[in-house]
Amino acid sequence: MESCSFEGVPISIAYADPRNGTWWACQDHGHWGVKLQRSKDRGKSWEEVTAPAYPEGEEVKDGMPATTRYLWSMAHGGNNYTSRLWIGTDPGGLFVSEDGGNSFQLVESLWKHPTRKEGWFGGGRDLPGIHSIVVDPRDEDHIHIGISCAGIFETTDAGKSWAIRNKGMSADFLPDPTVETGFDPHIVVAAPSNPDFLWQQNHCGIFRSTDGGKNWIDVSEPQGPARFGFAIAVAGDNPDQAWVAPADSDVNRTAIHGALVICRTDDGGKTWKQLRNGLPQENCFDIVYRHALVNDSNAVVFGTTTGNLFFSPDRGENWEVINNYLPMIYSVQFAD
Amino acid sequence: MALVKFTYALKRFFPKLADTKANGKTLPAVLQEIEASYPGVTKYVLDDQGRLRQHVNIFIDGVMIKDRTKLSDPFQENSEIYIMQALSGG
Repeated sequence: MESCSFEGVPISIAYADPRNGTWWACQDHGHWGVKLQRSKDRGKSWEEVTAPAYPEGEEVKDGMPATTRYLWSMAHGGNNYTSRLWIGTDPGGLFVSEDGGNSFQLVESLWKHPTRKEGWFGGGRDLPGIHSIVVDPRDEDHIHIGISCAGIFETTDAGKSWAIRNKGMSADFLPDPTVETGFDPHIVVAAPSNPDFLWQQNHCGIFRSTDGGKNWIDVSEPQGPARFGFAIAVAGDNPDQAWVAPADSDVNRTAIHGALVICRTDDGGKTWKQLRNGLPQENCFDIVYRHALVNDSNAVVFGTTTGNLFFSPDRGENWEVINNYLPMIYSVQFAD
Repeated sequence: MALVKFTYALKRFFPKLADTKANGKTLPAVLQEIEASYPGVTKYVLDDQGRLRQHVNIFIDGVMIKDRTKLSDPFQENSEIYIMQALSGG
């Protein structure tokens, strides 16, 4: 292990900005609130910067003051906006920095979206949260975000206005599954080689879009295992290849039958292959959280709720253990 | 002047934190003085809207404050104000 920072402090997101090598740690102090730390020397030293905060008087719902409860996603603003950073929070606010993270401002247009107060609710956390921020590298004002529970929202003007992109998704946990918002995408990612190909691991299955989120298609295996889970990753060189880390079900959030499996599709979700070689196949209770499965070229890495970190050099065909005794793993990323 | 004391747990983040005398006549005024001495510390104690964080307590002369929203609990010239973490979770 090269370094360990903030021992004993839960880190919701560990993020390395590929543009400049800056490391970020989103902290979740139980007592002292969320904090944001920045390192420009790969974790040798850190400086605390002001974490995103809700302006005075803002409310989650009528009578419930808004305070940042969790930093749940972080993304850089692209190569044309070198000082821009995005952060998604619980209770549902998106924040943007235009000064390299020295300060963050609430994105008012989304916070004031007419669906928010009545149509968004907690999922995974007590209040709504933004866990996915997908910036289109072809046009960095074009962004998709994922909210639990609300769904997928899209902006084409860097957050000035938003469109709901939930068509084709299901929300079978709702009394009225035909609602406009209230969907539970656990994570949303885009294929680097074709950003119009979006993938999401949703509470109600695995969904894919080939038209930038305008339409979603359920590509789950009805009988599993590729069905319920939290994480998803897409190959850098193939928009039809993706990995998921299945859990049993929403009512039983453990490995399926005590065995850890990663599933990969090579054909856009038509079929899924079970990858188990090198993964524990008995007495295993690990699941993989939404930001803890990533890939880079042929390498795939995931971390689990029981502190196991696994690595595959060949797109998941074979796995080896990197570490068995880490704390619960929330977030994994390749860093240069 | 009131004397402000802090839980040892805050010293992890503010190593120089020590008992501090404050002139303020209200809790928000006292915290403002503390913030001037230890920049950033009030963000650990108060949330975005200036309310006492859920798992933080303030005691005035051994009595827990009642108003966690506006921090309007009164205190005396020579009161001891103790900022502590609630032992939530065990």
